[in-house]
Amino acid sequence: MTTTTKHPIISLFASVQLALFLLFLLASTSIIGTLIPQNNQPAYYVERYGHKAAQLLQVLDIPDMYNSWWFLGLLALFALNLVVCSAERIPQVIRSLRRDGLEVLPEQLTKFPIRGEVILPDAPAAAWERVDSVLKNKGWAPRHVDKQDGRLFFAERGGWTRFGVYVVHCSILIILAGALAGSSSVARRILNNPGFAFKGSIMLPEGESTDHILTFKTGERIDLGFALRCDSFTIEYYANGMPKTYRSEVTILDNGQPVQETAIEVNQPLTYKGVTFYQSSYQPYQQYRVSLQKRGTALTTATLIQAAKQVDWPEGGISYGIINRETQGEVTRRLKIWLTDNQGEPSVFWLHPNQEAVIERPSGTYLLTIRQMYATGLQATRDPGVWLVYGGCLLMLIGLSIAFFLSHRRLFVFVTPSEQGSRLLLAGDANKNKGGFEKTFEELRKALEI
Amino acid sequence: MDSSLLFGITMLAYLLATACYLGLLLFKGKGIGRLGMLLAAAGAAVHTAALGLRWYESYQIGIGRAPLTNMYESLVFFAWCITLVYLALEFRFKVRIVGAFVMPFAAVAMAYASFSDRMDSQISPLIPALQSNWLIAHVVTCFIGYAAFIVATGLGVMYLLKESAGDREGTHGITGSLPELKVIDDLIHRTIIFGFLWFSGGIITGAVWANEAWGTYWSWDPKETWSIITWFLYALILHARFTRGWRGRRIAWLAILGFFVVLFTYFGVNYLLSGLHSDG
Ligand code: HEM
Repeated sequence: MTTTTKHPIISLFASVQLALFLLFLLASTSIIGTLIPQNNQPAYYVERYGHKAAQLLQVLDIPDMYNSWWFLGLLALFALNLVVCSAERIPQVIRSLRRDGLEVLPEQLTKFPIRGEVILPDAPAAAWERVDSVLKNKGWAPRHVDKQDGRLFFAERGGWTRFGVYVVHCSILIILAGALAGSSSVARRILNNPGFAFKGSIMLPEGESTDHILTFKTGERIDLGFALRCDSFTIEYYANGMPKTYRSEVTILDNGQPVQETAIEVNQPLTYKGVTFYQSSYQPYQQYRVSLQKRGTALTTATLIQAAKQVDWPEGGISYGIINRETQGEVTRRLKIWLTDNQGEPSVFWLHPNQEAVIERPSGTYLLTIRQMYATGLQATRDPGVWLVYGGCLLMLIGLSIAFFLSHRRLFVFVTPSEQGSRLLLAGDANKNKGGFEKTFEELRKALEI
Repeated sequence: MDSSLLFGITMLAYLLATACYLGLLLFKGKGIGRLGMLLAAAGAAVHTAALGLRWYESYQIGIGRAPLTNMYESLVFFAWCITLVYLALEFRFKVRIVGAFVMPFAAVAMAYASFSDRMDSQISPLIPALQSNWLIAHVVTCFIGYAAFIVATGLGVMYLLKESAGDREGTHGITGSLPELKVIDDLIHRTIIFGFLWFSGGIITGAVWANEAWGTYWSWDPKETWSIITWFLYALILHARFTRGWRGRRIAWLAILGFFVVLFTYFGVNYLLSGLHSDG
């Protein structure tokens, strides 16, 4: 091998010491952001830590440290370290794999870490046969060459597994690349195209639609190129009152035409044209939609009403209103309804939202349902890098499995004539899990004996 | 019979197993060691049945979910993983004495889950964000990883104990029954490798889950940050060993440091810092 003197910067970045140092720095500085709450208003830090300290925190970008110049810089150095280090070693691996085992000198075999000897009563020609067939039987593919005083067999397995480590390293770069591709800051500042990657949200009242969203950090308006309508929002509860489901029924409108109707729930987002919508919050309004029907007639009505206001439905011949409410926060859990047709006592009863009440009145039977009006809070994300990230993650698991559990094993058998017949000198090595290979090696040696 | 009774039996079995293993360490009786192993294995079997029963019970009360989603359940599951990882190690490498350094962790985890006021052992329904199969995959993979790191910690302690006794005690003192330093060192390495692979899977499934639920696979909340810190630490250990040739005492100390980082990631973040994760 030729040795060339390298630039000291290159040798620094090719070194594992730097990698260890950077891993240590990344791990220890990451702690800061878990102790100091992130992404609050400047006033928060002044109140909590005092003026001087808050100023220092701002200078060091601590309130948003995982996006700060110095933390991203550390990650960049880490990536560079990985690239240079791997780029320097991969050619060495390729070179060492190209080196033919048959070129080994028989004397060198005695220096191998794993060795063994077998004496066979056969003449060398029969011994060659035996070595060849036993190795093939055990799944090796031996080749041979005739040396001065004997025949050398060589076989290897798993040479490619030496690349497992580099699959892992490469996967880290792919994940970082995916993170960059999906970063809204990169899209805004470098690509000058905020629509390329963004995270934002929209509060969409039932019945309304939107063709844009607002980004989280900058509040920028991003046009979707299509519209999303919220048809309804519902919350379901468990018996103990804990929320079970938040669901938005939505319709996608492309060019004004409805193209898709779906429900969005937590853990069940909707993706359309690269934009993914997540159920993230909701806003109850103190407004109710009442649907009324007079049984046996075609008379129906649907109106938006507020609490404590009397509403008249002259066609149906009744008046009604909400006279009391049971609420949990801003969410209405039960409503007390008052309804009369001006004949006899008014009907007064409690009703859950979305439940149907059947009300018998002297003038007929009425069906009433009432529901609270909501706006659904949707988060909208466009992240073109996520598939790179997922692909990188998968590659990492594959690479780790290769690097940890598979090894490159080489096996040599040198056959020389001896007084008893033939002498077999066995040698082998493995780049990992030597103990495991020793067992395989021992089995082979036994199989070669008669 | 209900699952809490079975969990109680499990805890008892683990405590007794721990006692037997300590007996093995102190008196080197082969029989007591075998008894410890049998108790640990029987405890693990009951434990498995208890987890299954609790899962079934959740269906009976109309909730129907895997028993993996609050601190109590995660701690119980943690103890289960520790025991299984230990038993696998024992069967694969025939090192019974390791139980003396690992089963105490499983016993303490079960006891803490049963007796701490912080633990709520009720089966409560899942809030919408936690209703995801990715969550199950996330918890299972993470905990196998954590459990392996705990086993590595036990091995680290064992290494240091053996080393501090040196040749002085030979095969007579307490440490006489421990495997050779080289063997322990190799076991630490293998256990960390195993844990690292699973823990990587844990971080990845967690990221996929977060992306399904919130549209962000990584948001640097304290739990996520501490898990990546843990991951960096073990990556560092692997590189120090593989490329710098660190062995023995240094790796043993790092494996013990790993215990505190894992513990903080698992508990400390929930109790001392604030974030999204409620379950561990
Ligand atoms: C957190 C990020 C990293 C991960 C997950 C990772 C993963 C791995 C793994 C799994 C191995 C195989 C270890 C073994 O078989 O025991 C390895 C080896 C190695 N890593 Fe990394 N690595 C990372 C970062 C780096 C960086 C930044 C460098 C830069 C110098 C580096 C340099 C090396 C080298 C030189 C080897 C040995 C390769 C060989 O000689 O076969 N690693 N890495």
